[in-house]
Amino acid sequence: MVATKDMPLKEYVLKGNAACAGCQDMVALRHAHKALEGDVIQVVPACCTSVVQSLWPKSGLGIPVLNTAFMAAAATASGVRAALKAKGRDHTTVMVWAGDGGTFDIGLQALSGAFERRTDFLYVCYNNQVYSNTGTQRSGATPLHAATTTTWFGKTEPEKMLDLIVAAHEPAYQATANTSYPRDLYDKVKRAKEIEGPKFLHIFLPCPQAWNYPVEKGVEIGKLAVETGYWIQWERIGDEFKLGRESKRFQDPEKRKPIEEFLKLQGRFSHLFKPTKDEKKIQELQDYVQHRWDVIMRTFT
Amino acid sequence: MKTELMSANYAAARAVMSARVEVVAAYPITPATTVPEQVAYLNEKGLWNGQFIRVESEHSAMFACIGASSTGARAFTATSSNGLLLMHEALHWATAARLPVVLANINRSVSPSWNIHVTHDDSMSQRDTGWIQFYVASVDEFYHTIIQAFKLAEDERILLPVMVNADGFVLSHTVQPYDYLEPEEVDKFLPPYNPPHWTMDPENPVSHGNIVFPEFYQEFRNQMHEAGKNALMVYEEIEQEYKKLFGKYFGGPIDCYRCDDAEVIFTSQGSMGAEAKDAVDELRQEGYKVGNARIRMFRPFPVDKIRELGSKVKGIAAFDRGVSYGFGGHVASEIRSVMYNTDHRPMIKSYIGGLGGRDMTVKDIKEVILDMVKAVESGETGAEETWHALKE
Repeated sequence: MVATKDMPLKEYVLKGNAACAGCQDMVALRHAHKALEGDVIQVVPACCTSVVQSLWPKSGLGIPVLNTAFMAAAATASGVRAALKAKGRDHTTVMVWAGDGGTFDIGLQALSGAFERRTDFLYVCYNNQVYSNTGTQRSGATPLHAATTTTWFGKTEPEKMLDLIVAAHEPAYQATANTSYPRDLYDKVKRAKEIEGPKFLHIFLPCPQAWNYPVEKGVEIGKLAVETGYWIQWERIGDEFKLGRESKRFQDPEKRKPIEEFLKLQGRFSHLFKPTKDEKKIQELQDYVQHRWDVIMRTFT
Repeated sequence: MKTELMSANYAAARAVMSARVEVVAAYPITPATTVPEQVAYLNEKGLWNGQFIRVESEHSAMFACIGASSTGARAFTATSSNGLLLMHEALHWATAARLPVVLANINRSVSPSWNIHVTHDDSMSQRDTGWIQFYVASVDEFYHTIIQAFKLAEDERILLPVMVNADGFVLSHTVQPYDYLEPEEVDKFLPPYNPPHWTMDPENPVSHGNIVFPEFYQEFRNQMHEAGKNALMVYEEIEQEYKKLFGKYFGGPIDCYRCDDAEVIFTSQGSMGAEAKDAVDELRQEGYKVGNARIRMFRPFPVDKIRELGSKVKGIAAFDRGVSYGFGGHVASEIRSVMYNTDHRPMIKSYIGGLGGRDMTVKDIKEVILDMVKAVESGETGAEETWHALKE
């Protein structure tokens, strides 16, 4: 893994961005762009990034950014790639930077189409598990029992296992990442840059606004997602699956912290603890942790 | 230049070659389908070496064009009916991003009921997207207008996308002779697209489409509006140049036929305008002073030309092959609105018909014009709107 001192010093996420305090999206963008070192065209559908990147006439990112419509990120990227090919500028990475709503829900068709066409691009889904830009509405990525402004008393379904849908397209590269492990994220983007074909990076990204936690707790919560086994770090080069070293030791359920430790820091789950503790619902989330491990390991190994 | 025999759709695919389009993204829909089919064929045969993206929807087709055009490539797509409607969001996006994408729309009725034949509702309902819109009357005009459309769209005074409409089946699948131009011939008319203001380039990074607050949004929209209106003047220049280079002229924004001394003129859009010439000839032989004004450019609307025409005549029979439901014929309404602030207001009657691909023959058109003549002679406007040959 890259040492922090070996990452390029040049910054592509600049002053003038409009992110909230404690925004983990900026952590993800910062490390992804250090890995790409500027030779990139970034396509952004409606999402937090379309707001925080800059407010006209400022530009908060030192790379070309093409904003596009909510459901159109992968299609727009297909066009950018085709234009680069037509012009013989094929070395440039085309990267979509989309939220979970624009990926799991409204943008899924365009994503599927672009992957089926074997488009040479990197699709990054930064997943904060909610439509946070519009004010915390549930998405297909929102976990079971999370309170949102369209599920006031908790969502009644678990999140969609998007990674399996993406995997069905047999991407050239696929990985999960987490902003609490930025060096790993950097390495994965760097790896993706060198691989031709459709690539997918799924980044777990706590959001202080939507998840309702103190802004300084983002890294802690991201780590707890891994330490409770809720979020699994892995990558696939072709169909070669590799469990991430951060997650490897939590494959054993005995070694995992109880899901409660992840949940109790977040206001979106506070109804599971107050006024009385809802053991049943907490157990359902605990069971989901193992369920995801079972599905991922059964599918990929 | 050499004369070929093809359908409008096949010719449109040849316009892609002639104009050296760099990226095509398209999705099948009847009756536009044979455009992307032919693009694929020319591509696979190595006759056209651009990039063809076989997208999974029309929405993606237009956004792929938007991505390509934003990266400095000349981009094209073709669609019809429900496909155009699915693009609606993308159409607005392309204009506001000021991207010179060209779209061949093969006019088809909107569902339900399923009907694959011509009605203009699909493109007329894109009126307010800011796209420049042409309606053509022959295969030759379709082919050459697509080439001209790139020149118009890419002009720095315009920088807006252009839609060239051709009637489904009547033109799309009807074989006619047209004059094909080799790319080398078109080169002297249409230089490579070179975005004058911004493009996606890592060497010179810009953000496009960021948030703009109320302090400036309106100014961007005003620029777009003014640029659109420039197209009337710029297109006249383009047609003059085209005429000089290739000897082709299609009549500017309005193709007028025997209008000079006419007392009644018939207006229409698309292929009917060709039939209408025969109707006018026959009526002239019968002693009626009538003319045919085929409206080629619907957006920007040729306000001055309409006023000039309207100032000389007693009556306008405005025919629409589509309806703004709850109000009336799209173009008839515009003509009325344009004539309101003039000193001489001719009688204007709206006629609607030919929907769902129903034939509008010379006989039908003559009936419409004679109805208008009768109104002018009697001095009674009568019905403001008439559905032609409507079954009871």
